[in-house]
Amino acid sequence: MFAFVTNFDMQMLAVLVAAACALPGAFLVLRRMALITDAISHVILLGIVLAYFIVRDLKSPFLLVGAAIGGVATVALVELLQRTKLVKEDAAIGLVYPALFSVAVLLVTMKAANVHLDVDAALVGHLSFAASRKVQMTATSEMPLSSLVMAVVLTLNVAFIAACYKELKITTFDAALAASLGFMPVLLNYVLMTLVSLTAVTAFDAVGAVLVVPMMIVPAATALLLTNRLAEVLALSVLVAIGAALGGFWLATWANANYAGAIAVVLGLEFAVAWIAAPRRGLIAGRLRRRHQYREFLETLLAIHLLHHEGTPAESEESALAGLHRHLRWPQKQVNRVVGWATGDELMEARDGQLVLTATGRELARHMLGQAHVG
Amino acid sequence: MLSSLSHLQLVAFGSATLGVVSGALGSFAVLRKQSLMGDAVSHAALPGVMLVFLLWQTKEPLALVLGAAAAGWCCTLLVLLITQTTRIPPDTVLCGAMSVFFGAGVLLQTYIQKAGVGGASQAGLDRFIIGNAALLLQRDVELMLVLGAATLAVMLLFWKEFKLLSFDPAFAASIGRPTRMFDILLTTLLVIAIVIGLQSVGVVLMSAMVVAPGVAARQFTHKLGRMVALAAFFGGASGVAGTLISDALEGVPTGPAIVLCATAIVVAALLFAPERGLLSRWRRRARPAISKELGQVGDAS
Repeated sequence: MFAFVTNFDMQMLAVLVAAACALPGAFLVLRRMALITDAISHVILLGIVLAYFIVRDLKSPFLLVGAAIGGVATVALVELLQRTKLVKEDAAIGLVYPALFSVAVLLVTMKAANVHLDVDAALVGHLSFAASRKVQMTATSEMPLSSLVMAVVLTLNVAFIAACYKELKITTFDAALAASLGFMPVLLNYVLMTLVSLTAVTAFDAVGAVLVVPMMIVPAATALLLTNRLAEVLALSVLVAIGAALGGFWLATWANANYAGAIAVVLGLEFAVAWIAAPRRGLIAGRLRRRHQYREFLETLLAIHLLHHEGTPAESEESALAGLHRHLRWPQKQVNRVVGWATGDELMEARDGQLVLTATGRELARHMLGQAHVG
Repeated sequence: MLSSLSHLQLVAFGSATLGVVSGALGSFAVLRKQSLMGDAVSHAALPGVMLVFLLWQTKEPLALVLGAAAAGWCCTLLVLLITQTTRIPPDTVLCGAMSVFFGAGVLLQTYIQKAGVGGASQAGLDRFIIGNAALLLQRDVELMLVLGAATLAVMLLFWKEFKLLSFDPAFAASIGRPTRMFDILLTTLLVIAIVIGLQSVGVVLMSAMVVAPGVAARQFTHKLGRMVALAAFFGGASGVAGTLISDALEGVPTGPAIVLCATAIVVAALLFAPERGLLSRWRRRARPAISKELGQVGDAS
């Protein structure tokens, strides 16, 4: 219990970061803008560095602003590059962010090497450090500054999504309709991007730039394996993210390793579990469904074969269990299996070495044939 | 022969090699719109390197390269599988997989550091993140040369197939070429080109070395042979220039320096290339010569 209490601040911060990232991240995934998060997270360092050079104060909130601006500027730059029609989107992104990140690293190592702008920490964050900077809340309690800031950002994200839910929904799933109805999708997009930037910057302190990316998009990807309703996707994303934050925290504690990396790994594991085991969209469910369909298909074929010869002179020959493998051209093993299934499903019964359709089986076969003979 | 070089020359040689190889093979990636795959492979390579060190406590360059390549390949396969079996948008899958792998790499690296696995030899593993060519040893550069040469040789050997695959894969398939196999081969070559550069440029920045030379070369020609040769030249030049700059300036790591040289070349190419360059485009717009304008319509690559 004691360990839990002293780690409470860090876990709280991790949870807040996770929730704040997962919400706008869900919209990025649905809008197919996942790559922009990658670009933004790399450019943030440059924004912070440039802002630092202007204010010369590591604790200034202006750093936040600078970085957020950097984020939006990246998007603009990538779009500009695309508009020259000389470079495709994927190449544009692959060009812009390494270049800007390099500039940032260069500036840090050349001009600010004595300042505590550690490039490594910028990449992967420093959760315990971030959680230790406390701020006085009331006369008796205090709270990590980062948690407070993160809580504010989380509230902003929730407020934005709640206020513009309908608009976000329409512009995400039917941009053309949205524009024609006057919803200003471009404006909404830039507001979203700004919030993403802001979230990335504030999360940066705790988990670093690069690990903001999976925290934004993997929970939503996992949620998409479980549902396709927007509200559910949002709720599940937050849950998955929180789960990863806590799970990752404990993994890192146990392995004595970096928190951000651990959280990313847990996110990946959560996704893997969902990918394999999700009720309708998972791999196992898909396998089972296909197997069921295959079984149904073979049973139906058999039933149709029986129906086809029912009441004809050849019936005793065609329906004889012994001869089925010849008439259907199936291996005997398959015949046995399918007969077993079909009789088990009460589509037919074996009587004196013959297969006879039951009422259910006859109806199924007729139904299938009826469909085939439409028109 | 290599042992007769000074340290700086050795490092510059290594950087040149990585530039040439990644520039050449990156051209194919750019043409096939697979630039981001280069990005994914680089980021995904990190846990591969870390795992190799964790399991066998070796920093033998070949071992690390194999680990990196295996992890990069794994990530690519996983992305393919997930894209094929779910409705999750492909860009999300790519980004997600690559950042999760990277996170795993970071986790492993910090674990190795804190647990002191392998004693003091684990120091310097973090250069895989943004690169430090100054730490290159002769055996590293030797491996880069061998692998680089082999990669380029295979590229030349199957030049026609790769050319066809890049420009008209549907046609290639229709005339019975084993496109799948060549696709895999070309991807493998790209993976190798990427992993040999990781020590110098780091996983975060390697994607630029794959993309920039190719994009720059594309502005000057549309013939594949010239594009690849030019890209190789640009890549190599960036490698050397970046290394020299990094050496001249105090405390500047090689990775960012090399990438910025490559970026400078791209920007120059985008602006000044004849015909496709932006400067020449603006000049044409200022002096409307109707026949010329008609001829230049539709410049998309």
